[in-house]
Amino acid sequence: MLKPAPNPPVAPVPAKFGDQDLLRKSASTIKPPAERQTEVAKLIDVSKCIGCKACQAACLEWNNLHEEIGTFNGSYTNPPDLTPASFTLMRFTEWVNPETDNLEWLIRKDGCMHCEDPGCLKACPAPGAIVQYTNGIVDFVHDNCIGCGYCVRGCPFNIPRISKVDNKAYKCTLCSDRVAVGQWPACAKACPTQAIAFGTKEDMKKHAAERVTDLKSRGYKNAGLYDPPGVSGTHVMYVLQHADKPSIYAGLPDNPRISPIVEAWKGVTKYVGMGVMGFAAVAGVFHYLIAGANKVTPEDEASAEKLTRGEKP
Amino acid sequence: MTNSWTDIRNTDLVVIMGGNAAEAHPCGFKWVVEAKANRGAKLVVVDPRFTRSAAVADYYAPIRQGSDIAFLSGVINYCIQNNKVQWDYVKAFTNATYIVKEGFAYKDGLFTGYDEEKRDYNRSTWDYQIGPDGYAMVDETLQDPRCVWNLLKEHVSQYTPELVERITGTPKDKFLKVAAMIGECSTPTKTMTSMYALGWTQHSKGSQNIRTMAMLQLILGNIGVRGGGMNALRGHSNIQGLTDIGLMSNMIPGYLTLATDKEPDFNTYMSTRGFKPLRPNQMSYWQNYKKFMVSFLKSMWGPAATAENNFAFDWLPKMDVPAYDILRAFELMKQGKMNLYFCQGFNPLQAFPNRGKLTEALSKLKLLVIMDPLQTETARFWENHGVYNNVDPAKIQTEVIQLPTTCFAEDEGSLVNSGRWLQWHWPAGSPPGESRTDAWIMSQIHLRLKEMYKKEGGALPDPIVNLYWPYKDPSEPTPEELTRELNGYVVSDVLDPNDPTKKLLTASKQVPNFGVLRDDGSTAAGCWIYSGSFTEDGNMMARRDNSDPDDTGAYLKWSFAWPANRRIIYNRASADINGKPWDDTRKLLWWDGAKWTGYDVPDIAPTAKPQDVGPFIMNPEGVSRLFARGMMREGPFPVHYEPFESPMVNLVAPKIRGNPVARVFKDDFAQFAEPASKEFPYAATSYRLTEHFHYWTKNNHVNAVLQPEFFVEISEELAKEKSITNGGWVRVWSKRGSVFAKVYVTKRIRPLICDGKPVHVVGIPIHWGFVGAAKKGFPANVLTPFVGDANIETPEFKAFLVNIEPSTGPVA
Repeated sequence: MLKPAPNPPVAPVPAKFGDQDLLRKSASTIKPPAERQTEVAKLIDVSKCIGCKACQAACLEWNNLHEEIGTFNGSYTNPPDLTPASFTLMRFTEWVNPETDNLEWLIRKDGCMHCEDPGCLKACPAPGAIVQYTNGIVDFVHDNCIGCGYCVRGCPFNIPRISKVDNKAYKCTLCSDRVAVGQWPACAKACPTQAIAFGTKEDMKKHAAERVTDLKSRGYKNAGLYDPPGVSGTHVMYVLQHADKPSIYAGLPDNPRISPIVEAWKGVTKYVGMGVMGFAAVAGVFHYLIAGANKVTPEDEASAEKLTRGEKP
Repeated sequence: MTNSWTDIRNTDLVVIMGGNAAEAHPCGFKWVVEAKANRGAKLVVVDPRFTRSAAVADYYAPIRQGSDIAFLSGVINYCIQNNKVQWDYVKAFTNATYIVKEGFAYKDGLFTGYDEEKRDYNRSTWDYQIGPDGYAMVDETLQDPRCVWNLLKEHVSQYTPELVERITGTPKDKFLKVAAMIGECSTPTKTMTSMYALGWTQHSKGSQNIRTMAMLQLILGNIGVRGGGMNALRGHSNIQGLTDIGLMSNMIPGYLTLATDKEPDFNTYMSTRGFKPLRPNQMSYWQNYKKFMVSFLKSMWGPAATAENNFAFDWLPKMDVPAYDILRAFELMKQGKMNLYFCQGFNPLQAFPNRGKLTEALSKLKLLVIMDPLQTETARFWENHGVYNNVDPAKIQTEVIQLPTTCFAEDEGSLVNSGRWLQWHWPAGSPPGESRTDAWIMSQIHLRLKEMYKKEGGALPDPIVNLYWPYKDPSEPTPEELTRELNGYVVSDVLDPNDPTKKLLTASKQVPNFGVLRDDGSTAAGCWIYSGSFTEDGNMMARRDNSDPDDTGAYLKWSFAWPANRRIIYNRASADINGKPWDDTRKLLWWDGAKWTGYDVPDIAPTAKPQDVGPFIMNPEGVSRLFARGMMREGPFPVHYEPFESPMVNLVAPKIRGNPVARVFKDDFAQFAEPASKEFPYAATSYRLTEHFHYWTKNNHVNAVLQPEFFVEISEELAKEKSITNGGWVRVWSKRGSVFAKVYVTKRIRPLICDGKPVHVVGIPIHWGFVGAAKKGFPANVLTPFVGDANIETPEFKAFLVNIEPSTGPVA
């Protein structure tokens, strides 16, 4: 049996990790600490999820987010997509299993996967706007964000969203503020069925293995853990009933990896980053760079494609 | 619940039918997930829709709404035919062996004694044969053709898998699969739990839906055991407390009943409440009725309730009708016979059926008083909100007074959960604005009335002027004072009759349990079943020790469970006739040779010999009832009756429409669609969504984000037939009203083939109105019929007829 989520401490506790525990920092070269903190992970067990959206509510409440009241759009997925104010979202898919002809209502909690090899961070041209802690948490530092949207392009899971209000990128923080003081992320704390669990990545993998055994005993012969190697694993993992077909779960990538475009642009990114550092005092140039960076034309993409093939743009 | 939420983790099979626990009880549903993850338990869902519960189920079977009795009678028939019966349990702990009176019979959907004019029965033959010794006659061999078992066997024999499929639309193979999974739980070492809610209660035969499953559970030996039981998941926080405290027109606290006007004095009243045992040695616990009643009267009127005035029995109202239930109240309002309505924590304009009739009724009131922490539609029924509330305020003369109250999180007190646990809670915030506690408001009204009655007199001022009001601050009794009173206290010393130097009870002390309550006026208790909750040892409801020896799920030191802190009722039935547990891995109670011992508080006296005293102590028989005697208005066995509005005629009794004993007011009958109506061809049902709590959370921004707008759900097949597109607008109408809604075209609803014809289901969530943060919308009760269950008048919200067409949406 899983342990329940801990209750908050009564007295303040010191943060368990901070700036000294950075593994990576966007558009910057840093020297990570000699020893990594124990890697953490959130495990989302789709087979235990009842789609109650308590995680969504808890996320809005804890992060003090104000999502708009929308309309009904022909699905229980509300709002219809992630937004700068909705870091997480239950995605509902009605899937008829071709083998059994039975309907399965697949309910997947979407949000940042906290990749071990984070495409957003690699794509980010703003120094220190995206950081990765040695425990695996990938966090956005909004003071440093320039709103260029490269993180969106760099993310294999299509997660970050740019706010129209402050032109900055937003996504799930894995509740780094809560985790730092020994608490589970707000979504995991709120989940009534422990479909969302939190702990060390090792423990979560062990627990996932037990769940997979149980699912196999119930006839889900392809049940498995989703911890995709294309991004060197993730710190948010899924237990899936049909791990051989992740894409049936509202388009969860079958084999996510960082876009070759982003890998190619890394060179350019570094250049832009250095440019930002060099000309930071010159506001006009700064603005020009941002404005330029915001527009990625099909031509740019084509050039990037060529770059990846070793051709000249 | 016979069991507790935490006990569900002990089960082998969860059957969710007549409810949708994952959707409506997500927190409690965690115990289902625990049972699945840690015990390998299976979950079966039977529902017209593929629900959120079905999303995590091992097996799902569709069923047409309103046909549950046919399905479950079919399962009982399957169990009998295939010997899936826990015989030792059935013979020892049910009335299977009891012999029924000559004259009792069943034919064409009706039992002996039906009076069509009165829509009621003469129930005199619905009982046991009584032997010369004054006890019910039994045949231990089950050979007598008049014994309950043989009558039951015959009664359910017509519900073959083929007939079940024709009535319910559940394909035969799916029905048989569910029946087989259930049948496996007839062994003593496998248990099944039934989790149900409003999907069974909100029918014109809701009580019989539940009863049919209870009979099945008895046949399987699953009552009184760990991981078993009949588990009613209550719809509101503390609605269990509401029924316990008797907040129904015909009840008083602790499931005592008000007198009728045929019982003008205390002796007549008590003459039918003696509950003499029907078998030797049985506890027949209601024999103590008078002790509970007198203690209740003492708590009401204190020193003014004396032996000389029969403890003020005459001051209690006497019923001239079976009940002034919500439907009758609004009918009387509509007739202009009820002029003042106090509406406390209730939003009837959304919550009761046939919105049009409700508006008409409220418009005839002289005064409507609303006590609520929130703005409600009922409080604003007179306000025009375009299509959403199209009334003319100038034509409504009702005076409306709104008294803002605190909400549960701003006050302390106890809430009773589905598992009968009284859990104390503490305030989490301060009440906003001018809001006041309900206790303060009611006290103000009471004190003013008392003053007026004292000054001006009246037809009968006594019950008001003598009402016992011993609180420190009369203007606002504290939750502690009120709950101490419910627990009960000693009024005057009680001396040991064998040794008068010894005191059995000391005046002004809290009573330790209901066992010490007396019928001589020396004890007072507001609600006898709560005795033990606030004793001389303190507030038992505030206990938060979650220790659980041997991980049985009992948690005896967490809060207090009525009765007597018992967590699983009928728990003596967890052991066989000799007191040996049916399942050694799931022991609850056992006989150690001298007394009962185990993990729970026994139902029966700790030294009562296992062969002597039956587990079902509230029944004069000491056993449970497969044959309900005269306790149910429809009959001793359940019969499949169609909903009043049904897409088909009743296949087992073609001449009978709806429930033959349900009360229907004259004007309402005219507002029902015909069976198999061409005008209203689709079978509708209404229900809750997990994102909302009734009509409260649409006031909350976050909940409104998660499910913003009113919609209905239909199948892809019906959408195609009617050229309806997903996410578009539709109009849905019944014989009573019309709504505009967005539409969700879903694979989760499929047409059911009933008696060879497709039945399309239209699903209608209930949560929207014209008040709140969410988008304005229509509540489902615009469409629903004004008829209730024949026994307790819960409205038939789950099965009615509608039509549907594509639309361009409402014009504002």
